[in-house]
Amino acid sequence: MGKRALLVLRDGSVFSGRGFGAEATSVGELVFNTNFCGYQESLTDPSYAGQILTATYPLVGNYGVNEEDSESDKVQVSGFVVREICDRPSHMKSKETLDEFMKRFDVPGIYDVDTRAIVRKIRNFGVMPACLSVYSGKEPDRDELLSKAEKLDYSKIDFVELVTTKKRKEYLVDGKRRVVLIDCGVKMSIIRELLKRNISVVSVPAKTSAQEILSLEPAGVLISNGPGDPELLTYVAKTVRELLHKLPIFGICLGHQVIAHAVGGKTFKLKFGHRGGNHPVKDLESGKVYITSQNHGYAVDEKSLPKGFVVTRRNLNDMTVEGMKHKELPVFSVQYHPEANPGPLDSRYLFDEFAKILG
Amino acid sequence: MPKRKELKKVLVIGSGPIIIGQAAEFDYSGSQACTSLREEGVKVVLVNSNPATIQTDHETADVVYIEPLRPGILAKIVEREKPDGIIGTMGGQTGLNLTMQLYERGFLKQFGVEVLGTGVDAIETASERGKFAELMHNIGEPVLDSVAANSIEDAVEFAKNHSYSLILRPAYTLGGSGGGVAHNESELVEKMKFGMRLSRIGQVLIEESVIGWGEFEYEVMRDGKGNCITVCNMENIDPMGIHTGESIVVAPSQTLSNDDHQMLRSAALKIINALNIKGGCNIQFALNQQTGEYYVIEVNPRLSRSSALASKATGYPIARVAAKIALGYSLDEIPNAITKKTPASFEPALDYVVVKIPRWPFDKMPEADRRIGTQMKSTGEVMAIGRNFEEALQKAVRSWEIKRKSLSESNFKSMEEILGNIRDATDMRIFAIYDALRRGVKPDEIAGLSGINMWFIEKMKNIFGVEKEIENSGKKIYRDGELLAKAKKFGFSDRQIACLIGSQEIEVRRRRKAAGVKPVYKIVDTCAAEFEASTPYYYSTYEEEDEANPKGIRKVIILGGGPIRIGQGIEFDYCCCHASFALREEGVQSIIINNNPETVSTDFDASDKLYFEPLAFEDVMNVIEREEPDGVIVQFGGQTSINLAMPLAEEGAKILGTGVEGIDLAEDRERFRKLLNELGIPQPKNGTARSFEDAFEVAERIGYPVVVRPSYVIAGRGMQIVYNSEELNRYIHEAVDVSEKRPVLIDKYVEDATECEIDGVSDRKRLFIGGIMEHIEKAGVHSGDASCVTPPINLSKGIQKKLVDYSRKITFALKNIGAINIQFAVQNDRIFVIEANPRASRTIPYLSKATGIPLAKIATKIALGHELDEYVGDMPKLPYFAVKSVVFPFLKLQGTDFVLGPEMKSTGESMGIDKDFGRAYYKALLGANLDIHTGGRVAISLRSDDKKHARSLAKEFRELGFEILATEGTSKAIGGGIPVSMVKKVSEGEPNIRTKILGGEIDLVINTPKKGKDALSDGFKIRRSALEANVPCITSIEAAFGIAEAIKKVKESDLTIEPLGYYMKILKGGKRG
Repeated sequence: MGKRALLVLRDGSVFSGRGFGAEATSVGELVFNTNFCGYQESLTDPSYAGQILTATYPLVGNYGVNEEDSESDKVQVSGFVVREICDRPSHMKSKETLDEFMKRFDVPGIYDVDTRAIVRKIRNFGVMPACLSVYSGKEPDRDELLSKAEKLDYSKIDFVELVTTKKRKEYLVDGKRRVVLIDCGVKMSIIRELLKRNISVVSVPAKTSAQEILSLEPAGVLISNGPGDPELLTYVAKTVRELLHKLPIFGICLGHQVIAHAVGGKTFKLKFGHRGGNHPVKDLESGKVYITSQNHGYAVDEKSLPKGFVVTRRNLNDMTVEGMKHKELPVFSVQYHPEANPGPLDSRYLFDEFAKILG
Repeated sequence: MPKRKELKKVLVIGSGPIIIGQAAEFDYSGSQACTSLREEGVKVVLVNSNPATIQTDHETADVVYIEPLRPGILAKIVEREKPDGIIGTMGGQTGLNLTMQLYERGFLKQFGVEVLGTGVDAIETASERGKFAELMHNIGEPVLDSVAANSIEDAVEFAKNHSYSLILRPAYTLGGSGGGVAHNESELVEKMKFGMRLSRIGQVLIEESVIGWGEFEYEVMRDGKGNCITVCNMENIDPMGIHTGESIVVAPSQTLSNDDHQMLRSAALKIINALNIKGGCNIQFALNQQTGEYYVIEVNPRLSRSSALASKATGYPIARVAAKIALGYSLDEIPNAITKKTPASFEPALDYVVVKIPRWPFDKMPEADRRIGTQMKSTGEVMAIGRNFEEALQKAVRSWEIKRKSLSESNFKSMEEILGNIRDATDMRIFAIYDALRRGVKPDEIAGLSGINMWFIEKMKNIFGVEKEIENSGKKIYRDGELLAKAKKFGFSDRQIACLIGSQEIEVRRRRKAAGVKPVYKIVDTCAAEFEASTPYYYSTYEEEDEANPKGIRKVIILGGGPIRIGQGIEFDYCCCHASFALREEGVQSIIINNNPETVSTDFDASDKLYFEPLAFEDVMNVIEREEPDGVIVQFGGQTSINLAMPLAEEGAKILGTGVEGIDLAEDRERFRKLLNELGIPQPKNGTARSFEDAFEVAERIGYPVVVRPSYVIAGRGMQIVYNSEELNRYIHEAVDVSEKRPVLIDKYVEDATECEIDGVSDRKRLFIGGIMEHIEKAGVHSGDASCVTPPINLSKGIQKKLVDYSRKITFALKNIGAINIQFAVQNDRIFVIEANPRASRTIPYLSKATGIPLAKIATKIALGHELDEYVGDMPKLPYFAVKSVVFPFLKLQGTDFVLGPEMKSTGESMGIDKDFGRAYYKALLGANLDIHTGGRVAISLRSDDKKHARSLAKEFRELGFEILATEGTSKAIGGGIPVSMVKKVSEGEPNIRTKILGGEIDLVINTPKKGKDALSDGFKIRRSALEANVPCITSIEAAFGIAEAIKKVKESDLTIEPLGYYMKILKGGKRG
């Protein structure tokens, strides 16, 4: 490969390593994920738009990239930071190497850096903007990269606008039931889980109005995961507010946060978020603990929730809200990813519960 | 308080002596469980026959029984102690089997004892293959078609409908004992017979084979509420067909995609739920990586070798958590011991790669079949941690402590040999693969031959690529910081680099440091740095940020003993732990360096700081330079740590306790000989040979038989008794290189002598002797293989006084500070000193348990500068007897003979304690898994030298009511008046002694082997058949008489079943109980 790369963090620290993927410069909020496999799913997860992803597991690319595991039609991260990249993967489904994949979607990556040091920095000081530059030849000006990082204000950018579907898409199956999916940056696995349960899915742009959705006569609405600060999504919150008393609603991740905003609740930014496949979530009703797949940088402020809502689930690591529901209406949401990919499949039953309230 | 308040007292069962398939990991899990239970205010009663265990310390358990792990004895303990619950899942297959036996015989019900944690139903379902297969069918998990065969007919019937090869696994056995692959009907019949004998219920599972598929393991935990987590998954580099205990294993898996991993993880959770496990379990899968198909291979419903590995690989204390679950806690109620802030209900995230390599005993048993397969042959393992696979693998190879110090030292004679080692896996396969890559064999060809996933072969090729770069660079590497750093990132040792560029390790080290290429230390924290860890468990790598954070306080480094192998077992780990505890008591920070994932010493709780690193000079010195300790303790890690003393001292490390001068004086045989001469202490005639010719000259001069060995040996490696020049010729040519730098030591073999030894601690002013241990077998049997008794039974007061006197003189002459072990041979009234070891010996734990005096702790405190008078007075006079017995691995190692000699062969030990020698010996034998019947038929065949004892031996057994069978010669030697049934030798046709043994007609075999080595003899066949038929086989005449005495005493009075505390009380009271 022979390319070099620089990762410059807003606090001025610089990590110099080797480059892979595209020869390009990009900025993003630097975050980390603790899964030891599932990089293809993460890289293509639209929730990572605007972020540079660091893999805590040092060996990445071992089983290559295949045709089945992508969560969207492209690499969504702004950059990828790994300790070591595998250039000779071994897997029956592998079609290309991670390097080729990243190149194909024009996203830069850096490897041969002390990723644990980077993770510790994020853990201690919180997520922060960073600039990643892959180059051959002369090293780019570090100050310039730093000022690029400094200019990024992640929470001011509406990333949903960038990743939501541009037009309505229909995924039809034989069953009678149909769900409208408000696409804030949906992972394909969510759609697959619904289809598997014989539920047709109409995916609509995030800015679709409540009237339009109602006109599709769905049995329920699912608000998907997605990137960025939920506070910016006033337009989705408005839609949800108008649908609240009319349809069963299920919110996942960003969708869960948007529901909170829709009912007058608030969200706050976590220091370094929850990203990985090992987070314990306790179902407060049954007392059972589930190991969940998570990817979020914001959380719902419990105290801000109106009386009609109850917290149903909690993260046992920091006790933050992981799930809520309306006391009377068929409206519920989870902060984590029942569709998994990557991560444990233990919470897929939530789609069954959604299917049940659809009637 | 336990969650379930009614649980006030719990019985925990240990796993007994170290055997192949059951090593130190069960002291680790048992000890951790005890601590976890006691934290909750539960009183713990612990039973184990192995004295070299932390779990049998009174600091670990409230009531300790060092008693044989037999259902009858356990029942008595249950009756006496009346525990509320019993936990058998910490003691390996032994603990599990005993729990089941107590349950089946109704003892548990009778005394109202509840099986805590995983229940009997779950154990039964997981262990009995038929039931297990049925459950898997019910929950839709694929299992290989199999049959639980209770007869040969069952097996043959199954084979009719399935194609060979078929896998055989006896039910309720461990380490794949008696298992194997049958390629045709005759092999099937043969292996069925063997397997049925070894299974507790006479049942063998016959299964279709998926040889060559990928093998993956999941360590899963579940609580009483049904919450499940997977602690980690592991990938066996060696595919199906090789026992996981024999495989090189990597954690986490490297070649699974998220889909693959989640598929297996979900299956694992489904299985643990269906089984209703409450605690930990290990689930093995076979995965076809060409099709994505998988099968569930087996479930271990208990703590296991893999769970110990998973604990060390992740930092997640499985046994600790399992014990809490047994008390009724759910996973979310148990804190993560590492982060303290997050709960145990999470799945560890690793940000490093872990490689485990088994340690095989073939160096000690060159005659054994080196092929590895479905049955375990390894005695222990090493683990290494790195930030990539290459680094972890190379560190693991370095930790191995075998002849080859790195992959670069792979050099086979021929391509045929290389390909043979790859195809028919042997312990040397990893080297063969490396050599094949060097010789240009294509990775896919190697993958095809071995079934090993290409990914691993490609990684090894990466290593070879860097090796070539280093070689091409030569000494220019010193100025090429980038290449040096790369080499280190790929795990190359300084020594390895030196070999490749024709330099010295120390020179490479100096230049590397000058180039600024130094290791950093990272923390194993269960969470990939997501949360702050409060537990200092470190490994080295070559990166930017260092997390070692050394404090400027008083601290001492303890060097561990590395992998469990013959000659260096759990005893040394026991001592290292005690050294660490002693440092803590003194307010000194204790830092342990070790690489064995099974042990207590590598539990992050056992020290203040743990460095999981190879015990090679480079890695140890790096830690010393980083930590700058007040000293390094080398006397507890066996030969591993002692061998490091000199190079570490040369680099400026301060060795605490006996100095390197004293160590050298004792270890250098020539210097030691001179020292004894000066002291006027007799020793067997001896000499040193520096050439081939020398050897004959010396042997002639001192007279045959002689004991020959290379200098600086570990546990008698390469040591042998030779009776004539022909044997000497063979030894010199086959066993050792003799040269100026590698002299061979030749000692007169003191025949018909009683061997004895002392363990003591000295502070220069005084030597405290913990006890004199008299060997039961005659001198010539390695002290590690001999049974022994303390106090001595045949040594006169005068002899004992002289032993003490000699011991003092030697100790002071060596300027010994800390532990010392001295071995003697007593021939009539003459005492010869055989050797002195200025370090902790393997008998320290046994003697400490027998006397209640923590010798290793005291030795540590002495090394810190304390005086003996603060801790101990005179040698204790025991009003009871403690016997140490040993266990051998012969059954698992095809081709080996059950003959004891100066080369150590045993893997573990047991202790028996009772009011007289006979009963103590009997207990020790039972504890060592020898099922000695007190009546029945004894078959005697003695070598000519021993025939003079034939009559008295036969008489004793006759008086005990035994029926006596003897071969012709022995029978003549017994003479008239004693009824003897003559039995044919194997060479004399059937029925013969062998067929009778295999037919279950014999209860005890006494067979003393001829001198010299003769593997194809009748005796060999007799001994192997006794092994296979699980009939005790006694190979020394002294032991035979000892057993007669033991049986006599057992018939006179019951075994005393008392906790260790009882003996300590009568010792202090000074009265005989």
